[in-house]
Amino acid sequence: MSYLINNFDLVGQLFLQHLRLTLVVLFFSLIIGIPLGLGLARVKWLRGPVLSLLGIIYTIPSLSFFVLLIPIFGLGTTPAIIALTAYAQLLLVRNWLVGLTTIEPAILEAARGMGMNGWQRFWQVEFPLALPMLLAGVRLVTLSSIGIGTIAAFINAGGLGVLLFQGVITANYDKILAGAIAVSILSFSANYAIRILERRAELAIYGNSK
Amino acid sequence: MVNALTDAPSETNEKRVTQSGEIVFEGVSKSFTAESVPAVDGISFRVAAGDLVVLLGPSGCGKTTLLKMVNRLYEPSQGKIWLGGQEIHTLPINDLRRQIGYVIQQVGLFPHMTIGKNISVVPRLLGWDEDRTQERVEMLLELIGLPTTYLSRYPRQLSGGEQQRVGLARALAADPEILLMDEPFAAVDAMNRERLQGELLGLHCKLNKTILFVTHDVEEAFRLADKIIVMRAGKLVQYGTPIEIVSQPANEFIEELVDTKNILRRLSLVNVHSVLKAKENLPAETFPSKPVEKETPVLRPEDDLRSVLSLLLSSGSDPLKVVNSSGEILGSVGFTDLRNMLYSSQTTETNKCNELFD
Repeated sequence: MSYLINNFDLVGQLFLQHLRLTLVVLFFSLIIGIPLGLGLARVKWLRGPVLSLLGIIYTIPSLSFFVLLIPIFGLGTTPAIIALTAYAQLLLVRNWLVGLTTIEPAILEAARGMGMNGWQRFWQVEFPLALPMLLAGVRLVTLSSIGIGTIAAFINAGGLGVLLFQGVITANYDKILAGAIAVSILSFSANYAIRILERRAELAIYGNSK
Repeated sequence: MVNALTDAPSETNEKRVTQSGEIVFEGVSKSFTAESVPAVDGISFRVAAGDLVVLLGPSGCGKTTLLKMVNRLYEPSQGKIWLGGQEIHTLPINDLRRQIGYVIQQVGLFPHMTIGKNISVVPRLLGWDEDRTQERVEMLLELIGLPTTYLSRYPRQLSGGEQQRVGLARALAADPEILLMDEPFAAVDAMNRERLQGELLGLHCKLNKTILFVTHDVEEAFRLADKIIVMRAGKLVQYGTPIEIVSQPANEFIEELVDTKNILRRLSLVNVHSVLKAKENLPAETFPSKPVEKETPVLRPEDDLRSVLSLLLSSGSDPLKVVNSSGEILGSVGFTDLRNMLYSSQTTETNKCNELFD
């Protein structure tokens, strides 16, 4: 514990670095994942192939994935962001797709029959109804990015993983503990914050009964 | 072309794409794939503005497909459909849909919107201002008999019957000339169904909308319809008033459907309203009207003829007066009418028969 207290500035800096990495990954994941999921919801036959591909990417061990990207993107945050965003797609797209495809067909038919155009149907009906599932996906992506993100320190992407790697190499258990505690705090608070958003979105649809 | 024909309605400059509630089908067919048997096969008919026409037939006969071609959820493979004199394909699809009320069996209310928001979807799509929308929503809520406290509730907090009432209010929100209803009461329990049917008849009288109503329930069809279109395997088998269908079934299929050999069954299908309507075109007072004694029972327009028969027999008076809910006398029905309806086609072919009575 003494390490954490004595090096609060350093740990805080790494904490913010880790948070930033996670947010950047989340940003790119959403930019790619939302249109991709929407596309899969519309084009049924693409679902199998695309989800299998995302599944295969997800099974690549993280350390080898990072190392594989080094020749192309060098060391640093870029390969880390790319790998983490690629991992995130399976979790995000699958949840978002389930959210979109489990909307009661009658609701969509009513929306169409009342004269909503595609855009209006998406914003007024599909998006709010699939939002809880999307947020569940966002939560999974955030947690897995925080977790796998620690390994990214190995390729110079920074973050709280730095403390863990350094601690292991120098057999400094205080450092390891400090890193572990900081990562846990980040994970728990992220989980809690997104869970609140999820609850709100669910409440709007299901009310207090669920 | 479209704009030239659409005079703005009184209060706003919102464009109306259809002028009246008349619906015309001309040789309409629909096949879902090139090889398959057509779901709808060369159907032509005309629905006069303000009529409540029921599409009746067994499941898979194409009645829902037919209905969904009116608001272009399905496109016909062949033929044309006119609404109020406009061929529907000449109209922008969403403008068309916003002016046709659409009610479906599963209701399809938006679970994340309050009742108020649900009802005001189409007005908001049409860009009505806040005050006008609010006023309209409150008016509709009163029309369907729900308290204004429901405005801020969510669909899940309502019973099935209440939800379907809201579905109806939502369909009526922008005051469409035409209402399409696809088995709207099929998922509601029997008691509520009868109430909703009664309410729909009341609304129909009050609002005078053209209604196309799909059902496979023979009793429901006869209870509601001004006219019935009986369909089978994608074809129109018969189009006529309830009385015409019962007294002159086009073929064995319809005889079986309405069980025409069974006189009591036939009587139970037709209601007083239909008889009065059939008599409208006849010269008035074709039977002697005696002053009604004080204690004589009266009939309601929605009573079926079987109960009329039993009342005629038990009360000993003939004919009996028909009185609506506000106490107005609408006409009278007696043994003669029942006999006419069952045994002759004279009362049914009203227009042609006028000469016979002159």
